[in-house]
Amino acid sequence: MGTELLLSPHSSTPMYAQIVEQIVAKVLAGEWQEGDPLPSIRELAGDSRVSVITVKRAYLELERAGVIVTWQGKGSFVAHALDAMRTRAADEFQAQLKALLDAARTRGLSRQEIVGRVEQALSGQPEASQPSTEPNRRKPE
Amino acid sequence: MSPAIALKGVCKQYDGFALRDIDLELPTGQVMGLVGVNGAGKSTLLRLLMGLIRADGGEVEVLAQRLPRAQVAVKRDIGYASDDMRLYGGQTLRWHMNFIRSIYPGWDETYAQDLLARFDLKPQQKLAGYSHGQRVKALLLLIFARHPRLLLLDEPTTGLDPVARGEVLAALSDVLHDERRSILFSSHNTADVEQIADSITFIHAGGIVASRDKESFLDSWRRILCQGEWPDDARRPAGVVSVRRSASLIELKTGAFDDSTLPALQALGLAVSSVEPMSLEDIFVTTVRGGHNP
Repeated sequence: MGTELLLSPHSSTPMYAQIVEQIVAKVLAGEWQEGDPLPSIRELAGDSRVSVITVKRAYLELERAGVIVTWQGKGSFVAHALDAMRTRAADEFQAQLKALLDAARTRGLSRQEIVGRVEQALSGQPEASQPSTEPNRRKPE
Repeated sequence: MSPAIALKGVCKQYDGFALRDIDLELPTGQVMGLVGVNGAGKSTLLRLLMGLIRADGGEVEVLAQRLPRAQVAVKRDIGYASDDMRLYGGQTLRWHMNFIRSIYPGWDETYAQDLLARFDLKPQQKLAGYSHGQRVKALLLLIFARHPRLLLLDEPTTGLDPVARGEVLAALSDVLHDERRSILFSSHNTADVEQIADSITFIHAGGIVASRDKESFLDSWRRILCQGEWPDDARRPAGVVSVRRSASLIELKTGAFDDSTLPALQALGLAVSSVEPMSLEDIFVTTVRGGHNP
């Protein structure tokens, strides 16, 4: 089981959140299986060169999200009942997709336009997003 | 478990400089980064902890022993490195390794060999021929291979090239594996501190300005951009240290960010347009400029 995480101190995502994201990704991808032991907090901190407190916080978040379970004195393990988590992730995706489609219909976009935009987004060239606030740099003092 | 370091009301007076009223605790198993400008008192603090100088007042406890009384016993378990330490230029690194090994029973030759390879040092070369970076790494090797329970490192990465810095940080990370070992290190380089420290202490003009665990520290600071007019009679909301204006754009930096911060700004008639986390460097500069900590 690979314990190496690819963390960037320069990312705008905080370190602990990067750890959470990457462990969730490993688990969802099946690289880390249900019941597998996680590296100890100190091991992961030492190997990834981040502070112990950062890894501790990430593990707490993962516990709260039900991705891992921690047994006092034994360490942390990938939680069973991950199917429930995968289902939840799938449900959430479905719900967000539905909300997006509703929003698109409200704006009167056609089926073709919606598909076009999705394809555009997938190819990594999103339209410039509109700022929600008006630029008012010329407003007099 | 008793803390690795505990200071209570510690003072030290020099001509033109004083450490005043220092309270500081480093729990065992943690890494603390000491951040401050030149002359803030970082080195003085580390020298006090190593027993190289004596406090004028207050209590200094290191590894559960009172200094200076127990300093002989304590020093066996401390690894201290600073800029003004000299190795013998006419001797090889191997000679130094044998010397330290003959004094400290805890010397770990296997780990020393591992570090030699990782630091890319030639043990048979005389130290006079070493570069600055190699000398720093040689000194750290001599300390790390003893596995001291407490590392007191004064600017361990200063003057090192990026490759050497990475090697030293990796060796410091080795220490994290052992929950009985603790590190206090000072640095100008806030990125190093941000990466491996569990807690952060800002020291300025001989006093401690802030000392907290890193996660909650970074969590409590935000840069907030708002649109609108800053009301003339408005008081700064609690924790707001810096307010800058550019036309109708207002930039706030606060060290007390929580759920109530944004509603408080909205109540002043401001429209919040972005909320960003701050780097440790930015937080440090803001704190020092602000002259106080909320």
